[in-house]
Amino acid sequence: MDEITTVFVTESREQLAALESALLQLENSPGDDDTLNAIFRSAHTIKGGAGVIECGYIVAFTHVVENLLDKLREHAMQPDGDLIALLLGCADHIGNLLGVLEAGAAGPDAELAAEGDALLARLQRDWLEGDGGHGGGLPSVPPVPLATSGGGAVESDCWHISVRFGADVLRNGMDPLSFLRYLGSIGRIVQLVTVADAMPPAADMDPETCYLGFEIGFASNADKAAIERVFDFVRDECTLHILPPHSRLEDYLALIAALPEDTMRLGEILVKVGALTQAELDDGLARQQAGVVGDDVAATAPLGEILVGQQVVQPELVEAAVVKQKQVVDRKAAEARLIRIQADKLDRLIDLVGELVIAGASVNLLAGRSGNGELVEATSLTSRLVESIRDAALQLRMVQIGETFNRFHRVVRDTSRDMGKDIELVVSGGETELDKSMVEKIGDPLMHLVRNAMDHGLEMPAAREANGKPARGRLELNAFHDSGSIVIEVADDGGGLHRERILAKAIERGLVQPGQALTDAEICNLIFEPGFSTAEKVTNISGRGVGMDVVRRNIQGLRGSVDVRSEPGQGSRFAIRLPLTLAIIDGFLVGVGRAAYVIPLDCVVECIELEPDGSTRDYVNLRGEVLPLVRLRQLFGIPGVPPSRQNVVVVQYAGAKSGIVVDQLMGEFQTVIKPLGTIFRHIKGIGGSTILGSGEVALILDVQALVQRCASREAQRADGGEGARAPLAAVAT
Amino acid sequence: MAARRKKNTDHNADRLAIGEDLTIYHAASQKSQFIDALVAASGHLDIDLSGVAEIDTAGFQLLMLVKREARRLGKEARIVAHSEAVRELIDFYNVAAEFGDPLLIPAQDA
Repeated sequence: MDEITTVFVTESREQLAALESALLQLENSPGDDDTLNAIFRSAHTIKGGAGVIECGYIVAFTHVVENLLDKLREHAMQPDGDLIALLLGCADHIGNLLGVLEAGAAGPDAELAAEGDALLARLQRDWLEGDGGHGGGLPSVPPVPLATSGGGAVESDCWHISVRFGADVLRNGMDPLSFLRYLGSIGRIVQLVTVADAMPPAADMDPETCYLGFEIGFASNADKAAIERVFDFVRDECTLHILPPHSRLEDYLALIAALPEDTMRLGEILVKVGALTQAELDDGLARQQAGVVGDDVAATAPLGEILVGQQVVQPELVEAAVVKQKQVVDRKAAEARLIRIQADKLDRLIDLVGELVIAGASVNLLAGRSGNGELVEATSLTSRLVESIRDAALQLRMVQIGETFNRFHRVVRDTSRDMGKDIELVVSGGETELDKSMVEKIGDPLMHLVRNAMDHGLEMPAAREANGKPARGRLELNAFHDSGSIVIEVADDGGGLHRERILAKAIERGLVQPGQALTDAEICNLIFEPGFSTAEKVTNISGRGVGMDVVRRNIQGLRGSVDVRSEPGQGSRFAIRLPLTLAIIDGFLVGVGRAAYVIPLDCVVECIELEPDGSTRDYVNLRGEVLPLVRLRQLFGIPGVPPSRQNVVVVQYAGAKSGIVVDQLMGEFQTVIKPLGTIFRHIKGIGGSTILGSGEVALILDVQALVQRCASREAQRADGGEGARAPLAAVAT
Repeated sequence: MAARRKKNTDHNADRLAIGEDLTIYHAASQKSQFIDALVAASGHLDIDLSGVAEIDTAGFQLLMLVKREARRLGKEARIVAHSEAVRELIDFYNVAAEFGDPLLIPAQDA
């Protein structure tokens, strides 16, 4: 696939995504002009791009869709659920066609082509038919009887159309004749002059090249846009000028020598299309100038408005010109704001920054040892810059999660229709950012959770009403940052989890022993165990019992966690916690014995000194709160005698606080996370390793695991069970 | 080949009859047919298009070309018989006057 095709496919997919979200928006606010325009623009851009790369099957399909969208835009019909469903289907089909293009096939296979034809047939039959105007697909218009010409009095209220067809029109299978005949279907061709001046002498003439142009006097009630649309198919391959009625004859002499459009100023555009003369333009400019001098503060009236005020141009023409000018400006601005780069270049940059951080730490250490004040000062400046570079580089990879969320509008809409449920999706926190690689990997688990909530969580409307809840179910997607993690929540206001049923199932599957005491939270989290599904019937949405444990595994693969809270009858809330990035974090360096450990700084709340009372209690009183302690020396089985003064690092994760007891506090440290080898994968409490400036290895503590360990030990103790006090050599499971 | 050329001694004109569609599919070969016939013609070339069931813009361009080329060579190319499709197209493109060939207007149109 060549470069231009690749770019086309990428951009078209973006346009499709925009199209889809706008369609869904349209469902909520039918008739909203901005939305309709956005939809139309997306479809039009795809068609235009397809034309440029000469992908006929996409052009043909999109053309019909665009016709329909155009009618919506003109409010010739109202969008309803069925139509939007059909249009969404069309968008999917365009996506499939892009896939065909991407695969390098010559055209869609029979199945896909049949699907496309079926969609088009529905469009034509249900929505486009019986409207003899300009909407119909070009190919379906029967040749109209030819109304000609050969003189005929020039009517003063004729449009003037000047068109020069591009050289490749015939070769591309498009015959100017069809367009002109089609033009005849929206008005009357009063006069037509064939211009063949471009045709070279016989020796040079290529019989497959088109040399023709036409000057047409055209009587019609159609507006300019409708006339333009006739030439949509060859818009990129022809030079088209349309002068409205009452234009002056000499205007189109200049028009034949037309210039490239996009740098034209408004006035020049108007002059070029012959809507006003140079004298009128000069006059208009002069008045605009005078207005500025007269009143500095008041907003300058745009040139277009002044000209309309003087009734020298038709308002719709000014609008068309302004829109065009604006599009040119917008496009340039958008180009300036975005650059596309390959992801692996970015990854390489992050790797280098990681190395830089490690090297910088080493320089810092050496400078500190040398005792050279100037050197220390210089290195501290460098390390600050390195820190900024690190943040900026990581920021490059950050994307907002909103786009991922928005995909679910479609899922929720389609699924709720299929299931006969009425579900509203509420998205919040879409601007929360996380690493791009995470965004890609979180899509599947989220999809599972959303489908699960729709299928098992939310009840049928009738059942909801019977329970005194609104018939319309509510599904929430929410994201926010919380102490160095991003939290993504999927919440529903459905029936909640049935604890008894879950417990019964778990006992039946042998996941827990009968009589084992479990907290509510533990019972709820049983649904993440492999092979667990309580749905009475298996649906095609979810319920095959492979969902939840896969969800948990995927999330754990991202160093994240998932848990669920549920109120019977009120709904469930799944919370996914993920680290913000996989590569570099700010760490807090602590020492136990001779080893160094890193605690992610985002988790650290405060540091306190452990009172040296020789007690071996596993909790302290922190300003009236019970703070459970994790003694690293004990946990990791580090030999030696603790120093007389130990410190407690208070960490927080998912709302729970714990204290980590360490020997020394060694300060902040930028940490490049190096994954541990696979043989250490099952060690709990350690998230990775890093290299210190001195070249030594420090282990990064997995605060989540430590905090959970504390919490579960507390719970067990509260239940009167065996205290988890066995000597805790690195807890492997 | 569907086209044939023969001397028509009565009118001192060469005659070219096209029996296949004047469309882009045949345009390349038809171009040389037209031009060869024109070059070979002694003064007049009569073109018989009564057998042309279909004509498109590429075919139409050839007619424009042969007319123009004839003028350049100081010869005359006349379309002496039009099929319905050809007549309709020439009418639509409004070049009947430029071509200057007698057109038979069907009775119902007259």
